[in-house]
Amino acid sequence: MTKRFQKEMSILHEKLLSLGILVESRLKQAMKALQTRDLVLARMVIDSDVDIDTTEVEIEEDCLKILALYQPVAEDLRFLIATIKINSDLERVGDEAVNIAERCLVILKYPALYLDVDFDGMFTIVDKMLRSSLDSLVYRDIDLAYKVCLMDDTVDALHNKNYDVIKDALNSCKHRAGLLLNTFMVSRHLERIADHATNIAEEVIHLLEGEIPRHRKL
Amino acid sequence: MVEYSIQENLKAEVKNLDFFYGKNHVLKNINIPIADKKVTALIGPSGCGKTTFLRCFNRMHDLYPGNRYEGEIIIYPEGINIVSQSVDPILVRMKIGMVFQKPNPFPKSVYENVVFGLRIRGNHNRKYLDEVVERSLMSAALWDEVKDRLHKPAYDLSGGQQQRLCIARALATNPEILLFDEPTSALDPIATSKIEELIDSLKKEVTIIIVTHNMQQAARVSDYTAFMYLGTLVEFCKTEKMFTNPSQKLTEEYISGRFG
Repeated sequence: MTKRFQKEMSILHEKLLSLGILVESRLKQAMKALQTRDLVLARMVIDSDVDIDTTEVEIEEDCLKILALYQPVAEDLRFLIATIKINSDLERVGDEAVNIAERCLVILKYPALYLDVDFDGMFTIVDKMLRSSLDSLVYRDIDLAYKVCLMDDTVDALHNKNYDVIKDALNSCKHRAGLLLNTFMVSRHLERIADHATNIAEEVIHLLEGEIPRHRKL
Repeated sequence: MVEYSIQENLKAEVKNLDFFYGKNHVLKNINIPIADKKVTALIGPSGCGKTTFLRCFNRMHDLYPGNRYEGEIIIYPEGINIVSQSVDPILVRMKIGMVFQKPNPFPKSVYENVVFGLRIRGNHNRKYLDEVVERSLMSAALWDEVKDRLHKPAYDLSGGQQQRLCIARALATNPEILLFDEPTSALDPIATSKIEELIDSLKKEVTIIIVTHNMQQAARVSDYTAFMYLGTLVEFCKTEKMFTNPSQKLTEEYISGRFG
């Protein structure tokens, strides 16, 4: 029974990591669509979200099955709970990638506008956070998980800066409100993705340390 | 050696307890606090000494020559060491009742089973015995099922009912501690669930120590859990901690089924 349980847990682990890779690539594509003004790519991101949703449901069903059949305890239990939560966070990151792609469809209707908004820099950090959170799970690297949590402040600061820039721009060119609000929303989606990456890292900390790190000073 | 302390009123305290079956040293320096009116579960693989440990509490080992205790099991509030040879084991057993793996009613009526302990203490007052039978069977959640057949043979009851009868028999003498040695291993899931509910309600009145091979049962019914291995205590902590985040690797491996 133990061997079967171990096998099921290892399949689940692989599925979760595959979902992570899929979500990461969708996010990259959404950002590329925005940066290269590629409508086709943006539509592709929107249409293919169903793959992420299907995998998320499949992983959750696997978790429920393992819980019901094997009643795991201790680290196995924490791993399953972490998987359920990380699965949900990854699906939400997938949704945020779709949101970025949808904003992209609106933004691309307008001619390009120069704004002092550094999406490339912000995305580099968010992408690193997402990858590191998943790496911390793969390599059981608690230091890396803590680093991800600390990086969230940098993304929040960039988002706040974007808010100020776009607010000023709204005052000076009111006729571009649609473009500006959608641009602001891209910043908001990236900031939310950083939050999800932080959640994933916190789940890894709980998995490895056994203590829930949320809402405590790291 | 790890000193375990808990933020509870103590009913008993096991201090540096060693036990020998003749020359065979089976319990090695056990130290555990037993919280008052709580359930303490003993888990561990077969042969780890958990039943031997449980049996020390009512001096069952005294029945065989050559067995030897060292160390102390102090019972509060009296503060007496119940494994001391100067303490009468019969007096210990009046304070500490035991329920075994398989239901073992006596070949007597339901009523006589419950009052057996009182009768051998010389108590024959009919009115008092009637009261004790009703109270004990009610506490054992059996009264409604047997109140109309109190004088029928106990063997006519189902396995689950027989086990609850044994609990009622143990309760009749008003014990301060109740020992359960795998009380549900011979029962079906419904009877098991009734016994577990019973344990949960009994702890309002008595302190309970339970040996179980069923990890989920230990997790469900107990407040504290002790994990034993090869006659030693590996880990003792609150049950919720034991099953979510044990501090010893050996405990983790045992409770998650990697050995044992």
